[in-house]
Amino acid sequence: MDVLVIGAGIVGAACAQELTAAGLSVAVLEKGEPGFGATAAGMGHILVLDDSEAQIKLTAYSRHLWHSFGPSDRTEFRTTGTLWVASNEEMGAIELRRDFYCKYGVDAEVVGQDQLYQLEPALAPGLAGGMRIPSDAVLYPPTATIELLDRAVRSGATYVRSEIKTVGPHSVELMNGQTMEATHVILATGADATKLLPTLPIRKRKGHLAITDRLPQPLIRHQLIETGYLQSAHGSDQASVAFNLQPRSTGQLLIGSSRQFESSPEVELPIVERMLGQAVCYVPALRDCLVTRIWTGFRAATPDGLPLIGPYPEIAGLILATGHEGLGITTSLATAKLVLQHVTGAKAEVDPTPYLPDRLSPAT
Amino acid sequence: MKQILINGNPQEIEVGASLLVVLLNNGQPTQRLGVSGANRGGICGMGICFECRVTVDGKVVRACQTGCREGMEVWTDAR
Repeated sequence: MDVLVIGAGIVGAACAQELTAAGLSVAVLEKGEPGFGATAAGMGHILVLDDSEAQIKLTAYSRHLWHSFGPSDRTEFRTTGTLWVASNEEMGAIELRRDFYCKYGVDAEVVGQDQLYQLEPALAPGLAGGMRIPSDAVLYPPTATIELLDRAVRSGATYVRSEIKTVGPHSVELMNGQTMEATHVILATGADATKLLPTLPIRKRKGHLAITDRLPQPLIRHQLIETGYLQSAHGSDQASVAFNLQPRSTGQLLIGSSRQFESSPEVELPIVERMLGQAVCYVPALRDCLVTRIWTGFRAATPDGLPLIGPYPEIAGLILATGHEGLGITTSLATAKLVLQHVTGAKAEVDPTPYLPDRLSPAT
Repeated sequence: MKQILINGNPQEIEVGASLLVVLLNNGQPTQRLGVSGANRGGICGMGICFECRVTVDGKVVRACQTGCREGMEVWTDAR
């Protein structure tokens, strides 16, 4: 066996697909169902994000890979664009962000007040404008994961339902005591990676999502995010919420987002109340919508907000593909290209250096 | 006995009876259509599963959380 991929979330499935397509023999090990961990709690927003040079390069590359993914009804991929909405005070920062996107070759346009309400009439009055990223998109992560996994299996990958007990040099031990060996082992188990490697600098960052029933008429067209989202995403250790609203192809609205360092999976009504309250502030018509499901998941957060992609220095043959926090759906395909580079040397179109695990010291 | 309308057809009810129970007792084991057009219906009966959504007087509600009122118009084509 050339490669064992541990975890069939969207990152593991993307790695399996990429490695199999390159002609390697691959087995995917999953303890539950494909795509039902953090993948199912991701909004499926395919976006370029500008928190750092390494982040914008990885997300832009991966968004490009999604646009070239090829037609599939199963991914429900739609280019909705992103509209970052801004108050008066936030408009200055918007222009700086636009310049940053343009510097890296990503289309971004500043939108004035009139255009904002033409684009999205459901937005609450009193906003000043925003920034539109026309090539951002949305997809449905659980079925996109199954599509990736099916492509891998059709090309010869094997899928094994099994939980891992330990990882060793070029091998894993399963819960039933069996050992499997491979030249490379890819760890793609999201925030659960610390179960196998307790010193990995990854913390569980819980998120809530809510979804409405199908609206008779579309209320919004773009994925809408408040400009304060980045402060929420990278700010303090306190629980935070930010307005993030996505039109699903079914006519439903997917409502996010919350962030808190917390490891119990329960839905927390005080957080949900804040999250929905924030959404109603930006889109008042949401008040009349029926929320039918609320659920949670865990992002795998790293101290510097960048994923861990590359060799794990202490175990021979082990390659990490985790720590994607809130960007794992977007960056899954680029992660797979980087993993392929670490396995075969085939060059990815981004420099792998900023994502290498050995940049961070172990958690204590 | 008082009446409500189910998909345009009059149905005798007791005021305050659970609308889900009335529908189940009147040949409506499913109350709505899923995203692929499949029939869907209430499972939990206590407001959690949201599968028994129906349109009552123009508004989508959960049948299991709705008491019958005289003259109520119910449609079981909510999506």
